[in-house]
Amino acid sequence: MNHQPTARTLAQSHFRTLRIGSPFQPRIDALAKTQDWYNWAGYRAPHSLWDEELEYFAIRSQAALFDISPMTKYRIEGPDAEAFLDRVTLRDVTKLKPGRVHYTAWCDDEGFVLDDGTLFRLSPTRFRLCSQERHLPWLLDSAIGYEVSVEEETEAVAGLALQGPTSFAVLRDAGFAGVERLKIFDLADFPHDGETVTISRTGFTGDLGYELFVHADKALSLWDRLMAAGELRGIRAIGYTALNRARLEAGLIVANADFTTAEHAIRADRLRMPDEIGLGFMIDLEKGHFNGRRAILEARARRKLRHVLVGLEIEGNIPAEHAIVYHKKHQEVGLVSAAMWSPMAKRNIAIASLTRPYGDTVVEDLWVEIYAMRELQYQKLMKRAKVVARPFIKLDRRTANPPADF
Amino acid sequence: MKAWDAIIIGGGHNGLVNACYLQRAGLDVLVVEKNGWVGGAATSRELTPGFLYSNCSYVCSLFRPEIMRDLELPRFGLQVISYEGGAVFTRDGDYLANYRDHDAHRREFARFSKRDAEAYDRYARDVTRQCRFIQPLLMRTAPDPTSLKPRDLGELLYLGKKFAGLSAQEMALTLRFWTMSISEFLDEYFETDVIKANFALSGIIGTALGPMSPGTAYVLLHHYMGEVDGSVGAWGYARGGMGAVTKALAASFKASGGTIRTGAEVDHVLVRGGKARGVMLAGGEEIYGKLVVSNADVKRTFLKLVEEKELPDIFLRRVRNFKIRGSSGKVNIALDSLPEFPALPKDSPVYRGDMHFTDSMERMERAYDDWKAGRWSADPFLDMVIPTTLDPTMAPPGKHFMSCFVQYAPPKVNGREWTDADRDGFAESVIAQIAEYSPGFRDRIVHMEVRTPREIEAEVGLTEGNIFQGELTFDQLLFNRPVPGYAQYRSPVGGLYMCGSSTHPGGGVMGAPGRNAAAEILRDLAKSYQHMSPAHDVI
Amino acid sequence: MTSFDAIIIGGGHNGLVAAATLAKAGRKAVVLEAGAELGGAARTEEFAPGFRVSSVAHLLNRLHPDVVKTLELERHGLRFSRADFLPSVALSKDGPPLVLHGAYGEVLTGASASEQSAWKDLRAQLLRYAGILKPFLSRRPPDLAGMSMLETAALGQAALSLKKLGKEDMRDFLRVLLMNVADLLDEQLTDDRLKGLLAFDATLGSHLGPRSPTSLLGLYYRLAGETGGAAGAQMLPKGGMGAVVAAIRAAAEQADVAIRTSAPVAKVIVEKGRAVGVVLDSGEELRARTIVSAINPATTFLDLVGPREIDTGFVRKVKNIRMTGDAAKLHLALDRPPQFAGVDAAGHKGRLVIAPSPDHVERAFNPSKYGEFSSEPVMEITLPSLADPSLAPDGACVLSAVVQYAPYQLKEGWDAGKPKFLRAVMAQLESYAPGIGGSVVHAELLTPDDIEARYRMPGGHWHHGELQADQMLISRPVSGWSGYDTPVDGLFLAGAGSHPGGGVSGAPGLNAARRIIAMKG
Repeated sequence: MNHQPTARTLAQSHFRTLRIGSPFQPRIDALAKTQDWYNWAGYRAPHSLWDEELEYFAIRSQAALFDISPMTKYRIEGPDAEAFLDRVTLRDVTKLKPGRVHYTAWCDDEGFVLDDGTLFRLSPTRFRLCSQERHLPWLLDSAIGYEVSVEEETEAVAGLALQGPTSFAVLRDAGFAGVERLKIFDLADFPHDGETVTISRTGFTGDLGYELFVHADKALSLWDRLMAAGELRGIRAIGYTALNRARLEAGLIVANADFTTAEHAIRADRLRMPDEIGLGFMIDLEKGHFNGRRAILEARARRKLRHVLVGLEIEGNIPAEHAIVYHKKHQEVGLVSAAMWSPMAKRNIAIASLTRPYGDTVVEDLWVEIYAMRELQYQKLMKRAKVVARPFIKLDRRTANPPADF
Repeated sequence: MKAWDAIIIGGGHNGLVNACYLQRAGLDVLVVEKNGWVGGAATSRELTPGFLYSNCSYVCSLFRPEIMRDLELPRFGLQVISYEGGAVFTRDGDYLANYRDHDAHRREFARFSKRDAEAYDRYARDVTRQCRFIQPLLMRTAPDPTSLKPRDLGELLYLGKKFAGLSAQEMALTLRFWTMSISEFLDEYFETDVIKANFALSGIIGTALGPMSPGTAYVLLHHYMGEVDGSVGAWGYARGGMGAVTKALAASFKASGGTIRTGAEVDHVLVRGGKARGVMLAGGEEIYGKLVVSNADVKRTFLKLVEEKELPDIFLRRVRNFKIRGSSGKVNIALDSLPEFPALPKDSPVYRGDMHFTDSMERMERAYDDWKAGRWSADPFLDMVIPTTLDPTMAPPGKHFMSCFVQYAPPKVNGREWTDADRDGFAESVIAQIAEYSPGFRDRIVHMEVRTPREIEAEVGLTEGNIFQGELTFDQLLFNRPVPGYAQYRSPVGGLYMCGSSTHPGGGVMGAPGRNAAAEILRDLAKSYQHMSPAHDVI
Repeated sequence: MTSFDAIIIGGGHNGLVAAATLAKAGRKAVVLEAGAELGGAARTEEFAPGFRVSSVAHLLNRLHPDVVKTLELERHGLRFSRADFLPSVALSKDGPPLVLHGAYGEVLTGASASEQSAWKDLRAQLLRYAGILKPFLSRRPPDLAGMSMLETAALGQAALSLKKLGKEDMRDFLRVLLMNVADLLDEQLTDDRLKGLLAFDATLGSHLGPRSPTSLLGLYYRLAGETGGAAGAQMLPKGGMGAVVAAIRAAAEQADVAIRTSAPVAKVIVEKGRAVGVVLDSGEELRARTIVSAINPATTFLDLVGPREIDTGFVRKVKNIRMTGDAAKLHLALDRPPQFAGVDAAGHKGRLVIAPSPDHVERAFNPSKYGEFSSEPVMEITLPSLADPSLAPDGACVLSAVVQYAPYQLKEGWDAGKPKFLRAVMAQLESYAPGIGGSVVHAELLTPDDIEARYRMPGGHWHHGELQADQMLISRPVSGWSGYDTPVDGLFLAGAGSHPGGGVSGAPGLNAARRIIAMKG
């Protein structure tokens, strides 16, 4: 057998690189002093680059650059793209105007959340859906009966999050004229290196911030452009640990960290409906049919919702990560999925999943049992927890118009 | 004359597992084995100088870790090495690999179909859910659904509760799993033929069914059982070949005081007054035992080793109706160097895994059509491994042992017995297929052993050469295995038990039948069996 | 505009049964039939001048007794008489045929004495086992998610009847339930002709060979059916299958069901998750609180409701229903009655089966897996005009045959394949009835492709979905929605695609109507 190489055979070599680099990898590698990597959907992504504590403060006091290229991205295009997405996702997509972004989620027939993500409306007929997990078969099967194309473009499109109080100034100084007009959840295209970059005023930090998407081959020039412009504004590249803190302060949840996505849940009791993970606000029963509508309605009507996701404020300052939540100190009612001492709020905060009615109608007398490992011993602490509203911090600069020039 | 507490007929892995547990429970146990070595179908034999052949069973995937622990097999030398990969070669000069790394796996599938690449997680989820339901049943005696005994009712209730614990979706899937073909099941997840063929092979290995036969989805579960939640018993090689499993078992048995007699073929079971009293060997020697346990398959045990008059008609009828058609053969090859597969990069981990050449469902099914017609497959399905890539102890340095599991090979050729010429024709179909993908392959062959169902039956004693001691179709599973009414390791003859793969939960080097049978025997003897671990939790 | 309580889409026998049952319960019902004639695949059609034939279904063997009773079909002209029970003749090339007389072989002739006694035992056993499954035919499949008391009781009843079998019989029942038919036959019989006939009957209308596990279920399904109170009995209705439909229609009309033909439905109107009406091809809109679809489930959801109104997982399930037909229908207009070798006059009026052995059936099945037709097809032949001369001109004869295997997705396409397949079928016929080729005035071969187009049956599958274990009971038409209701409130299914399946039984239509009445729909 003698065969000519094809695109398919040329791709065989991937087995030699189990964790691929993102389009920004040369720059990130150059900055990675800690060499502290983790596997983000098959990419070699940094936990931290030089100091996770300082990286966090870069988000809150300067401008932080975070590589979001490994996020799963789908390009959805066609005359029926809007109707298609309206049927797939919970929120009303007809209300999402071109040039706007919204945070949304989607469910299976049983009303269980398949994932959450952001939906970018790039034009009347073109969208980008970003998510944690992969959903191509679901999206393609959902497209039956619609004139729409769905293409996975994770590797083809590079993404950067630029977050923090000076992020606007960095973009303006980098020459993205008109970026000041972007209000929260707006997006627009800007020229970059002979092509365009899509910039949206979005992020995962609860701070002033932007996300930028370019074709992978323009990734490095974009990075360099931002770094050059941001030098005097304190721009720093960061890893996931810092971002994860910021998102917790912002009260945002992460798929398969704070809840299990339906296609990955092996145990039936791990499945969650939107109302059970704080996403009930997305459900729009007035719009047309959408996946899971029937089940969600029925669960609400028959009170079949078993869980609730809440924000907790815990006494003291010891993070309650993965602590069990009790009612009256003895009845187990839930689990903390993320927790930290918030430097911004100066509060000990957590996100937890509780079994109703706890966290729903019963919110008094809740406790968490913290197992704090100190020098090879667990220090067990029983601390009072209070259900509080999310986000845990609210920064005016996130939404201020025009954005502040710090 | 001495009467043993228990005589085990057959030193296969289940016989040895059974013997180990009984001996450790304080019984004085004798294993009688017709061959000059123990191991049954799990052996390593030096068939040509310097080369150890795993000449029957060749992969260690299903062996229950509870048994390995109870019988201290690691202490007696058992070590399992995981596969590094695997692949199906495609006819266009490419291959589809399976990699252990989840993301590499996805990227590999994406070379063929982006959709299929992203469909894998849901497929894995659904299969895992079903395995979690079935796995705990492996180490339990199947209840008799017609019985009103508290224990059977209790077990039925357990089954019912397990089932009721499933979501409606899962229940529906469970019911479909037992009745669907693997081909149809895969159609619901994947679009690419080679990807389907890649998964389908687990639905046919060891069975006299094709991938389009209903019921093969369950067979896939049977093969996946070893890797629930990716935790235990991933597919791998036993260091030193599959004989290492039975060698360790035999050593464990002897260390606890057990006795093995090799070269001792049983002619028949001695029965007096409806009760087993021992065995008579082929030479006429009588050995007495308080109970007799047969590791042989149910047909051999009751149609050859026990006189007809000792058995009720209805039992005999059911034993005769037991389906045990051989469907596979083996070609074992000693190689003077590692074969090259030009399609495969030289540094590919696939060399250290299982390789296949059947890249479409149609080819796989057509191979089965040949079997139905009483022929060996002209374009056979091969499960080919080169264990020496991970375990160099099996061959001289630089040389290799290759095991080719071949499907399909009928128990009889066009209704007549296999001849040597048939056997050679069968081997040629295998060599030709490998050589098509590996130029110069023939020249590397130092020695070759070809095993059709005829050889497998003659040497190992598996009726019709069926490697699972009976087909794994619904009519022969759970309370139907081996026959309704006698699915609890006992037989109509008092003191005569079964412990082979003919019994629940079936074949593969799993050890569960041997262990479960020991549990029933000890129950009958009112002996405690604390030294037997309960099945691992599935949480 | 007249207002209706219920709109029934599809005027096949199930649609008419559903409509009549609903009307008898006081619902104002209208049946909308796309074709110019009622009956769906149960019609009598003229396929050559003066020659009429039952178009797809040609034998009555499972019209459910509850349907006959509820609709008082005997008052409307349907007659069942033991004298009409057809013998089944297992043809043989090299010897005399073997004949099952009465209701599925109450008497067997042409076989050895030992075979006769083996058959007697096997027949009794099969009828006992089929009898356990029979009560399920006229019930909703159990709902696993929320089993009601009633359903639990029904299942309990089945368990009880199982207990009544006796221990050993029950054990055998549980063993053979999902077995392949060939193995069971090999266990109990020796005569290839008899085994061939049973293997053929078990797999008729399905994409299974006799060696496929679960194929025995096909035989149970057949034997769970009854005619005139006799299980397994079969007859050729006078006037063809159209006459059966005419009786159902008469019952429906007497109950004031409005019937409109040539009224194809284009769309089911769904508002806020509820079906509220239909739009016809003509643009006319009809509204009702209950919409019953007695047509194919895939057509119903993918075309009439449309994927936009249902969930993706459900669309997936519907698309995954296997419904590609594997059987063709042959109609021959003959200038004289054919002579099948060795068959007597009574036999010619019966059901003549070419399936010399299970292996033969299996070999015929093999190519269909790969999109090829059998070069040596197996078939079931009737000569309806012998007993009912109104179907053919004087002295002439109609031959109606179901021929297997003929896969819907023929690799070479049916345009090219059909003439070749017809030649293979005719060659097979010629070898059993020498000279038949010379008497053909006109031949009509309906491939699954043709059946799909002519009778609006996607895939040309007369069960509207393979009737295999994984598509039965709680999995029919799809898991989670097996009880005639659907994810769209107010929309119900009532066709053969629903439990218990196809054949001229009326059971899906009747069960669906009962469900609607129970839900006060």
